[in-house]
Amino acid sequence: MMFFISWQEALNVAIKHMAMKQFINFVKKEFAHVLRDKKTLLILFGMPVMQILIFGFALTNEVKNSKIIVMDQAKDLASQQIISKIAASRYFDIENTVMNTVQMDAEFRKGKIRMALVFPAGFNEALLHQGKAQIQVIADASDPNTANTLSNYVSAIVQDYQSSVDNRVTVPYRIVPVLRMLYNPQLKGAPNFVPGVMALVLMLVCVMMTAISIVKEKETGTMEVLLVSPFQPILVILSKAVPYLLLSLVNVASILLLSVYVLDLPINGSILLLFAESTLFIITCLSIGILISIKTNSQQLAMLISLMGMFLPTVLFSGFMFPIENMPYPLQLISNLVPAKWFYMIIKSIMIKGLGFAAIWKETLILAGFTVVLLAVSLKSFKIRLA
Amino acid sequence: MENVVIKTDKLTKRFGDFIAANEITFEVKKGEIFGFLGANGAGKTTAMRMLCGLSMPSSGTATIAGFNVYKQTEDIKRNIGYMSQKFSLYEDLTVLENIRFFGGIYGLSNRELKSKGEELVEQLGLQKEAKKLVQALPLGWKQKLSFSVAVLHQPKIVFLDEPTGGVDPVTRRQFWDLIYEASAKGITIFVTTHYMDEAEYCDRLSIMVDGKIEALDSPANLKKQFKAASMDDVFYQLARGAKRSD
Repeated sequence: MMFFISWQEALNVAIKHMAMKQFINFVKKEFAHVLRDKKTLLILFGMPVMQILIFGFALTNEVKNSKIIVMDQAKDLASQQIISKIAASRYFDIENTVMNTVQMDAEFRKGKIRMALVFPAGFNEALLHQGKAQIQVIADASDPNTANTLSNYVSAIVQDYQSSVDNRVTVPYRIVPVLRMLYNPQLKGAPNFVPGVMALVLMLVCVMMTAISIVKEKETGTMEVLLVSPFQPILVILSKAVPYLLLSLVNVASILLLSVYVLDLPINGSILLLFAESTLFIITCLSIGILISIKTNSQQLAMLISLMGMFLPTVLFSGFMFPIENMPYPLQLISNLVPAKWFYMIIKSIMIKGLGFAAIWKETLILAGFTVVLLAVSLKSFKIRLA
Repeated sequence: MENVVIKTDKLTKRFGDFIAANEITFEVKKGEIFGFLGANGAGKTTAMRMLCGLSMPSSGTATIAGFNVYKQTEDIKRNIGYMSQKFSLYEDLTVLENIRFFGGIYGLSNRELKSKGEELVEQLGLQKEAKKLVQALPLGWKQKLSFSVAVLHQPKIVFLDEPTGGVDPVTRRQFWDLIYEASAKGITIFVTTHYMDEAEYCDRLSIMVDGKIEALDSPANLKKQFKAASMDDVFYQLARGAKRSD
C-alpha cells in the first residue's frame, strides 16, 4: 500500500513536472515573439518613456515663460519693484516695454504677447497717500484658460508685493485669504498625470498586446495546433499572460524611475503597495485582453476594440485629464465602470498622498471585483469556443 | 480489430438546425493513408475536429487510437498529430526552435528533442537553415517541416487538413514521399485534399457530400463503381449534386 501511494505520488509529481516544463517552454517562446519584434518592443518600452516626457514637459497645465509687455507710465519705486518681481518669476518673460496703447495693440496683434501690464502715472503716490492704487492687467483671452491662469499669477505676485510693503501702508480692514495646496504645494502638473500615464500604458500594453498576440495565433493557425496538442487550453492563455505581466511590471518600474529622477516627483507611499496594486490592475487588463481575443478573429479588429473600447474611456473617465466631478451625473455613473478610474485613484493616494492600504481598500476591492468577473467571463467563453 | 485505429459509428454534429456532419460511419486501419474528400462546406472540417477531440459530437460514437471521443479527449490528443490548412509554425522562431517548442508541447525530453531535432533537420536537408527564422524558408519547405513537426512525437494517427494548398506539383510529390515514409513506419494518415492526383495516392478514400459520406473505397474501386476514367470524374459526379457550398 505504501508503495502504491508513493508510486502514485511520483506519477503526480511527474505530470506536474511535465506541465511545468511545457509551461516554461511556452513562456520562453512568448518572450521570443516579443523580443524579436521591433515594433512590439518599441510600443512596449518606448511608449511609457514617450508619454512621461510628453506629459511631463509638453502637455502641462502650468504656464511658464509667457511673454508679456509692460506699459509703465509711473516709473516710480512701487511700479519698478513690482515689474522686477514679475520679471524674476519663472512664469513671465518681459518681452518689451511700450509707451502707448497703439504700440500695445500692435504687440498683441502679432500674437506673441499673452498679457500686458499698465501702471498709471502716479502709481506710488496713489498707493502711499490714498492707500489704493490700480494696475491694469490686459490678457489675450483667445485662450481663456491661459489668460485666467496668467492673471491669477499676476494677482498673486502683486499680493505678495503688497504684503511685503504692508508696514508702510496702513489699511483699516483686510482679509487676506491664506491658501494651502495640499499634497502638491507647488501645483505641479506631474503628480496628476504620472498615475494617469501608468493607467494608460498598462491598459495599452496589457489589453492590446495580449489580445493581439492571442488573435495572431488564431490567424496564423498555430492556435488550432496548440488546441489539438495535449497542452491544456488554460495553460495557453496563462502562458500568454505571464510574459506581459512581467513586462508590464518592468514598465511600472521604468515609469516610477522616470517620475522620480526626471520629473522630481517623489513616491510618498509604500513602493511595495504600489507594485501590488499595479499587479492587480495588470491582471484586470490582461483579462480584458484575453476576453477581446476570444471574441475576435483578426488582429485589426482586436486592436480597434482595444483602442476604442479601452484607451478612449481610460483617457476620458479615469479623471486624470477631465475632472469627473465636473461631468454630468450619468457620465459620472459610467466612469465607475472604467477600471482605470479606480486604479488612478489608488495610485494617486499612494504616490502623492502617501496613504496606506487602509485608505484605498475600497477601491482595491472594486478593482479586484472587476478582475474576478472579467477573468471568469473570459475563461468561460474560452471553454465554450472549444466545445 | 486491434488494427483499426479510427472507428466511427453514426457520428453526427448539429449546429442548431444545421447538420454539419450526418451519421458518418467508417473505419481506418493502422498505417493506412485515408483520403477524406468533399467540396467546400461538405462537413470535412467539422468531422475532423470531432475526431481530434476539438469538437464534441452531437450523437454517434467514435474511437480514436482506442480512446473514446466523448470521454478521453486528453488521451486522444496525446496520440495524434495535426497539421492545419494554414501554415502553422511560428514564423518568428527558427527551425530548431519550432521543433523544440512543438516537441516540448508533446512532452518530449530535452535529450529526445535534441536528437530528434538534429535527425529531422538532416532528413529534410535543412542543416544550413536550422538556425534561420522559418519565415525565410520557401513555402514548400515550410510545409514539409510542418509535417515533420506534426509526427515528431510519433503519434498513432496524423490528421492533415489540406496540407498541400498552394504548393507546386514537384514539392507536392516530395511531400507525399514524406507521407509514405510515415505510413511505412506505421503512422496512420488521415488527409483532406482538393487535389485529385493526391486522392489517387491514398489507399482508401471517402467522399463527403452535404454532411454525409456518399462513397468509400480504394481509388481503383471507386473509378470502377462510378464507371469513371479518373478520380476527377468520380468526384464531379458526386459533388455536382451537392446543395451546400461555401
